[in-house]
Amino acid sequence: MSKFKKKKSGDLPAISTASLPDIVFMLLFFFMVATVMREDELQIENTLPQANQVEKLASKDKLVYIYIGKPSPNFQKTYGTTEVVQLGDKISRVEDVETFVNTKRNDMDEDDKDEMMVSLKVDRDAQVGILTDVKQELRDAYALKINYTATEGDPLRNIRK
Amino acid sequence: MARRSAPEVNAGSMADIAFLLLIFFLVTTTIEVDSGIDSKLPPPIEDNPVPPPIKKKNIFQVIVNADNRLLVEEADMDIKDLTEAAVAFLDNGTECSYCRGAKDPASSDNPEKAVISLVNDRQASYSMYITVTNELVRAYTILRNREAKRLYNETFESMESRLKEWPANEKDTPEYEQLEEKIERVRDLFPRKLSEAEPQNRE
Repeated sequence: MSKFKKKKSGDLPAISTASLPDIVFMLLFFFMVATVMREDELQIENTLPQANQVEKLASKDKLVYIYIGKPSPNFQKTYGTTEVVQLGDKISRVEDVETFVNTKRNDMDEDDKDEMMVSLKVDRDAQVGILTDVKQELRDAYALKINYTATEGDPLRNIRK
Repeated sequence: MARRSAPEVNAGSMADIAFLLLIFFLVTTTIEVDSGIDSKLPPPIEDNPVPPPIKKKNIFQVIVNADNRLLVEEADMDIKDLTEAAVAFLDNGTECSYCRGAKDPASSDNPEKAVISLVNDRQASYSMYITVTNELVRAYTILRNREAKRLYNETFESMESRLKEWPANEKDTPEYEQLEEKIERVRDLFPRKLSEAEPQNRE
């Protein structure tokens, strides 16, 4: 018995933790690569619909995002519960779309200006009316290439609730 | 008091924990790639536009009303049948050599002239709108695939994805230009003429 006790109280071999940094770095790199930074803080509800005829979007520097949807609960006091447009970080009026798109276009590289595309991220429960108003604005701004951004999936699932 | 060396905390299980976390995030993270249905808007109209002359038989009218019901060519239709109806319309082709449709004189002349007109009520929901658009685009894809298969023994979709994934430093090669040309040719056989009229608020 005494033999065992002696061993316990004595030198328990320390487990090498030399590989821990490696693991932490692995995690770090994984997240660095995989994380997509959200460009804009959303103040509206925005669940994209599903579609299967989708094409991948062009590179980010050629894209302008416009979000449409109902304000999220925190903002319903200020903006009501009907659909609104979010440009950049804040909820805006539909009339501001033209100015917004033009400003974004001016900030782009010369090469990207012609290939600018507007990604319309519209909530699946939104009504088409406001989208139409936005599209009229886009026509006035000569931003004619648009994309109805959607997630890949079965489109018939959108309408079955 | 006897001095005892502070016991070392066993950190051997740390790696396990880290791995557990890693695997958890690996499984749950979806790396988001934005995708969607491309579309092109018409340029802003002049004050008094003269509507281009299009024969009524060359227009395939799709109406979505406020209750998300679908009216195709003045008849009620289920969304499931929309693609088929659109294919039949586009492929009718009384004046077209490669079409395989019914050649009904009351339907479209050729894909060049055939226009799909989508009218939707302002109250219609976006999910219905995107579904209808998707189904109509699918009709074009089906026909383009068929023609690409006939001409080049490859589907249109695979040709397009091949073009997109072409390595950036090899874009000057003749193969790339050839592929581009092929895609253009197939696209011209069934050009996407999907007109979105101004929405109406019908009572």
